[in-house]
Amino acid sequence: MTFPRASLGSWALMLPLLVVILAVVSWPLAYTVGLSFTDAGLVASSGNFVGAQNYLSAMSDRGVRAAFYNTAWFTLVSVSLELVLGVLVGLLLNQEFRGRTLLRAMMILPWALPTVVNAILWRLIYNPEYGALNSALLQLGIIDSYQSWLGRPDSAMMAMVVADVWKNFPIVGLICLAALQSVPRDTQAAAIVDGAGPLARFRFVIWPYLAGPLMIALVLRTIEAFKVFDIIWVMTRGGPANSTRTMSILVYQEAFSFQRAGSGASLALTVTLVIMVLAGAYVSIMRRSALRA
Amino acid sequence: MRHLTTTALAGALAWVAAAAEAETALNALFMSQAAYSEADVRAMTEAYMAEHPDVTVNLEFVPYEGLRDKTLLAQGSGGGYDAVLFDVIWPAEYATNNILLDVSDRITPEMESGVLPGAWSTVEYNGARYGMPWILDTKYLFYNRSMLEQAGIEAPPRTWSELSEQAKAIKDAGIVEFPIVWSWAQAEAVICDYTTLLSAFGGKFLDDQGKPAFTTDGGLQALEYMVQTLEEGISNPNSVEYLEEDVRRVFSNGEAAFALNWTYMYNLANAGDDSAVKGQVGVAPAPGVDGVSELSAMNGSMGLGVTATSQHPDEAWDFVAYITSQPIQNDYAELSLPIWSSSYEDPAVTEGREELIAAASKALAVMYPRPTTPAYNELSTLLQVAIQEALLGVSSPADALANAAASSGL
Amino acid sequence: MERRSLLASVLIYAAALALAVLLLLPILWLFVMSISPAADLTAKPLRWWPETVDLSRYRMLLTWEPNSMGQAFLAALRNSLTVAGLAVGAALVVAVPAAWAVSRNPRLEWSLYALILTYMLPPVALAVPLYLGLARFGLLNSTVGLGIIYLSMLAPFTAWLLKSGFDAIPRDIEASAKLDGARLDQILRILILPLAAPTLATAALFALLLAWDEFFYALLFTSDQRAKTITVAIADVAGGRVADYGQIAAAGVLAALPPLLIGLVMQRAIVAGLTSGGVKG
Repeated sequence: MTFPRASLGSWALMLPLLVVILAVVSWPLAYTVGLSFTDAGLVASSGNFVGAQNYLSAMSDRGVRAAFYNTAWFTLVSVSLELVLGVLVGLLLNQEFRGRTLLRAMMILPWALPTVVNAILWRLIYNPEYGALNSALLQLGIIDSYQSWLGRPDSAMMAMVVADVWKNFPIVGLICLAALQSVPRDTQAAAIVDGAGPLARFRFVIWPYLAGPLMIALVLRTIEAFKVFDIIWVMTRGGPANSTRTMSILVYQEAFSFQRAGSGASLALTVTLVIMVLAGAYVSIMRRSALRA
Repeated sequence: MRHLTTTALAGALAWVAAAAEAETALNALFMSQAAYSEADVRAMTEAYMAEHPDVTVNLEFVPYEGLRDKTLLAQGSGGGYDAVLFDVIWPAEYATNNILLDVSDRITPEMESGVLPGAWSTVEYNGARYGMPWILDTKYLFYNRSMLEQAGIEAPPRTWSELSEQAKAIKDAGIVEFPIVWSWAQAEAVICDYTTLLSAFGGKFLDDQGKPAFTTDGGLQALEYMVQTLEEGISNPNSVEYLEEDVRRVFSNGEAAFALNWTYMYNLANAGDDSAVKGQVGVAPAPGVDGVSELSAMNGSMGLGVTATSQHPDEAWDFVAYITSQPIQNDYAELSLPIWSSSYEDPAVTEGREELIAAASKALAVMYPRPTTPAYNELSTLLQVAIQEALLGVSSPADALANAAASSGL
Repeated sequence: MERRSLLASVLIYAAALALAVLLLLPILWLFVMSISPAADLTAKPLRWWPETVDLSRYRMLLTWEPNSMGQAFLAALRNSLTVAGLAVGAALVVAVPAAWAVSRNPRLEWSLYALILTYMLPPVALAVPLYLGLARFGLLNSTVGLGIIYLSMLAPFTAWLLKSGFDAIPRDIEASAKLDGARLDQILRILILPLAAPTLATAALFALLLAWDEFFYALLFTSDQRAKTITVAIADVAGGRVADYGQIAAAGVLAALPPLLIGLVMQRAIVAGLTSGGVKG
């Protein structure tokens, strides 16, 4: 042990970090919990205690349910696509071919592009009259007339998902690649000698190395997706007809546009709770896989 | 020696402090839009600062969608802005939350008598005035003269059903695929178009008891009309994701025969370098409905006010008065019509836009207001969604409006 | 290695090409839009490659003149740099001792796990109290105020990254330094930090990317050129009624340039960081 009085000295070293977290995260969180049981306004009033009223009315609200559904749909579809594409791309980049290093370097670009810039870029691409997507698809003969991508409830969320997947599948791919590179070559060779087909090799040789990192990617992306705000704010602000309004957008409207801090807080905590449940699953899975390893 | 240094330091500090005092810094919040454009507002401000060397004005531009939220949030910082631009629909809320200074006493007799009477309603709530009107605006019907000629149409439509007929004729003649373009995105813009139609059909937002009245009669007919034009294929279906600038771009590109838009589009479409329809643009008041109305218009004006937390209310008001003054407004009349009645007799203002001013003189007199309520923003959000649901075929117009009314809590 | 069939090779090269196109095309298009004349961008069908290059938007955005769009844009760039710099610097200052303590005292590891949980909180759950708190201390619309908020986002995971870096430094070195009579802070400053310099740099750049990307808090807590960051500024340009798509694209290119460069430089380190920092957090 480096420290004679291990704990005390260590805690002293951790103090600054703890102070920051207490002041900027724990205190606000506690405050939000308190707010969620009041009918407080944002600036005007401190509000009265209303019990669980905010939570109860949120549960019966059509708009809240729709926003929750939108968030879940966005999360499910975008994260699934990112994982599938990520694994495929990881496998591809693990092959030997010329230009591989360059391609690996390119993979970082979408991830490094600021989220807001990504949203603006895709909004321009989706523009119904002058967007690149319509023009390209028409010139390629895939569509015979220009489409409105962000103006239809059925396609707006999908368009959003595509923009999000484009930005995030490469990082999942890079994580997979790093995992694949840790698969020992002789194990692979042995499997080939044993006559294992590609699928069997994937399942029994590669998968054990891939599962852990993939789980991390899954959970990190799920949490991010569930919190989604920026890309939607810039691309549609929740339209058309609220079809892309997610929980974060809804909370912003409730707390800041409509100035109802109390019910906004209750909605925000509901989102937090859902993410915590996901996070709990994550931690338990991580611990189990750590025990196995 | 040390004493000397201290004295010198104190002297220097005092000097710095004095310099700081002489210089008043104002923060003003505007919106990035086409008229007045950011460049115009910056130029007006430069001119003001040249006349008032002791005042600097820092300008901030946000999109319309952020204007209200920013104003409200900045209040919390105890005086973020000194002067703010506000929409006609916000004085009720701003007054209730004590955002703006009551400037009723600061309005001079010259202002009182010089400004068009209708313009004052932009800044009034409960008998008090919270600023100066600045942008006097309503939605006009723009049309492409040569397209109408091509289709053998002699005059622009006087009623909305005539507009439909003319649009159909233009579509059938194969001149453009979608003759009418609107700003129907989920934003305040769709409410402005809807309000125009609602007033034409003789509808009301709220009844005398403040209860929703848009679910029947004129309010419903307005929405049904909007849906119908989409079904008939005469409205550009992309309208549901368009804001005003998208409408202008489509119209200026010669891809629409009709458009509903603000004053600023006239000059930009008819004389702008990026316009493909230069010299072909006609403008008229928005149409009426047989037996109900001659024409229609909505109040889309904006005002400039001084915030209640401003440390320099006098200087801020002086700046507002300057920006809204007649000479400045006349100079920049190209994209936005002045609030001053005598400006309309000034040839420098009217020349080259006689048609616009003729339309304005009729439309500005009948501008229909959006509801005056502190909770306007929420009501508007509900209506935006309801209208879009109907336009996108998710819900029938009657159901959508009834739903909005039920959720409004009014 | 298995010998590849010709077909497999062809498939691999085709897939690699498709991937390269998919990755680059949108970014390239953003750049092309930013240098295309406005008329090209509203042509039907679109003109994919400009005949004349129009650099006027860049000139406009990069010219500092009082009360101009350039000033607003450059001020936002400056603010982003200030806020990110403050936050990253402070994050390192609080994270280094914490990470070292945990690295040398594994029984404390759970506390870093607990801190990493803060990542699960959606910003909307903290926004109202933070807004009121910042207002109370006069820190709304200030780079310092925003920097403090960002600090709380960056510090926990910076500590994680650093901890794995410190773990790799053998303890014997410290023990012998200790025998020579070195004080705790001397050990950290003279011995550990130089050894952990690569990790430190990685953590700092990573944190910089996160701070540069942040939008939600900046949208709420800043209101003008004194503090508004680049993400909010370009969202304003795009959300407003700017008619020229090229202008929006040019602002996007400029805002994206620093993180893209950082990303390219530290591509390997980012992946390592995501997996090692991510494995545990």
